[in-house]
Amino acid sequence: MTLLTLLTIFILACFVGYFVVWGVTPALHSPLMSVSNAISGVVIVGALIVAGNTASGSAKILGLIAVFLASINIFGGFAVSQRMLEMFKKKEKK
Amino acid sequence: MPISLSYLLAASFFIISIRSLSSPKTARLGNLLGILGMFIAIIATMFLINDILLTSLAILLGAVVGIFFALKVKMTSLPQMIAVFNGLGGLSATLIAIAEIINGSSALLDNTIGLIIGAVAFSGSMIAFAKLQGLMSARAITFPLQQLLNLVIAVASIAICIMFIQSGNIELFYWLAALVVLLGFLLVLPIGGADMPVVISVLNSYSGWAAVGIGFSINNHLLIITGALVGASGAILSYIMVKAMNRSLLSVMLGGFGVDNKTSSASSSEAKVAKAGSPQDAAFIMENANKVIIVPGYGMAVAQAQHVLREMAEDLHNLYGVEVKYAIHPVAGRMPGHMNVLLAEANVPYEDVFELEDINREFSTADVAYVIGANDVTNPLAKTDSSSPLYGMPVLDVEKAKTVFFVKRSLSAGYSGVENPLFFADNTIMLYGDAKQVTAEIVNALEEK
Repeated sequence: MTLLTLLTIFILACFVGYFVVWGVTPALHSPLMSVSNAISGVVIVGALIVAGNTASGSAKILGLIAVFLASINIFGGFAVSQRMLEMFKKKEKK
Repeated sequence: MPISLSYLLAASFFIISIRSLSSPKTARLGNLLGILGMFIAIIATMFLINDILLTSLAILLGAVVGIFFALKVKMTSLPQMIAVFNGLGGLSATLIAIAEIINGSSALLDNTIGLIIGAVAFSGSMIAFAKLQGLMSARAITFPLQQLLNLVIAVASIAICIMFIQSGNIELFYWLAALVVLLGFLLVLPIGGADMPVVISVLNSYSGWAAVGIGFSINNHLLIITGALVGASGAILSYIMVKAMNRSLLSVMLGGFGVDNKTSSASSSEAKVAKAGSPQDAAFIMENANKVIIVPGYGMAVAQAQHVLREMAEDLHNLYGVEVKYAIHPVAGRMPGHMNVLLAEANVPYEDVFELEDINREFSTADVAYVIGANDVTNPLAKTDSSSPLYGMPVLDVEKAKTVFFVKRSLSAGYSGVENPLFFADNTIMLYGDAKQVTAEIVNALEEK
């Protein structure tokens, strides 16, 4: 892809992000942080490409560590979001 | 081509996932869609790489560690865990950028951007974690010439950046990484505990922009879209927090708030007298009320009083037919929305919990405002005294209720160092003591009859 295409995608994504995030209810701002934290772990894609396509050497090791760290981010972020959101289930009033 | 399409699908799921957080009813589904999106992204990438074994192993290891901590963490410690996760995401981006450069990537500028933002997110998050976890003083840590030092490091980093982009000399890249990590440490040091909601949001935003940088360097639209989404989310949350504290982002980042103006008006308080009451008095007044609004602050969470508070609210409602609501200030916790999570954990129905702008006019029709562990966010000086540091900050109008109870250990000023004149108002009754203990005694009194 050309730089211009990537820039176009970037700018449009910023607008989408702006409008979508303002729609989030303030009560769920903590889950918003943990969900967005988890999906920022998408850098794992970059880490996988480096680690998976380098045969050996320091770049390989750094790549694998990057995969490991991003994976913590992803799984931890989604798991803690799920825990939080379970608490926001409708409660029957006694 | 099919892989690019899978990436587009994953990005769409991420957008829908955030969108679903607009209501608690759809939020859990949203989280699942986010997981699905990530699953698609990872599987699709697996088709692009040779070494599936070692990478899968690294993912598995990360999954075990991440899930372990996510299931173990207490909800009061949520902010520091988010800080750590943010930091790891930043470090991951940093390492990717370094590995790319080692492998001879020609995208020097893009990797530099990924490196800088990722490294600041990493080291800044580590300091935020240490402060929130109590490993180091939560107060603003300042020393002479601090801002000058930061400036020098920043200028040096920019100079190295330019030299690196021109020469491609990898040693410069390492120097840049080291300097920027140091800068991240120094930037968060002078920021005090109550400003942490802003810091966490800003670091959250950084981890998104770092992903954008990596996305540009490896030509990947999924990383760019997702990074922009996360970056926007963190930026908007920072804006909301900064507004709620009546600060500017610049003044939070420069730090040092709450250090100098501690004793400004301490002398004038001696003349005034605050009325004190017992928990039994409070129970009597509240059981005869029609409407009680509870205003919880971070002090309530520190005292672990949320469960007994919910008992009090239930007793008032079930035994005496009192209407009970909760009023939440945006900065009531240590991260955006933190107080809502703490109340939800204590089984408070979210329908009873209201944001500042939705409940403020109801204080005039309330018989009792029960302020527990909050102070600055109720200070009426924010509305009247233009010389006060709080002036202009949105506050809860608790003084409009017929009776205001403050559960507090003493008459001391809040984090801002500003005295709260409400303590001495005619309709205010102070309930001195530990938030949990006082509330428990009220519950006992309510259940006695």
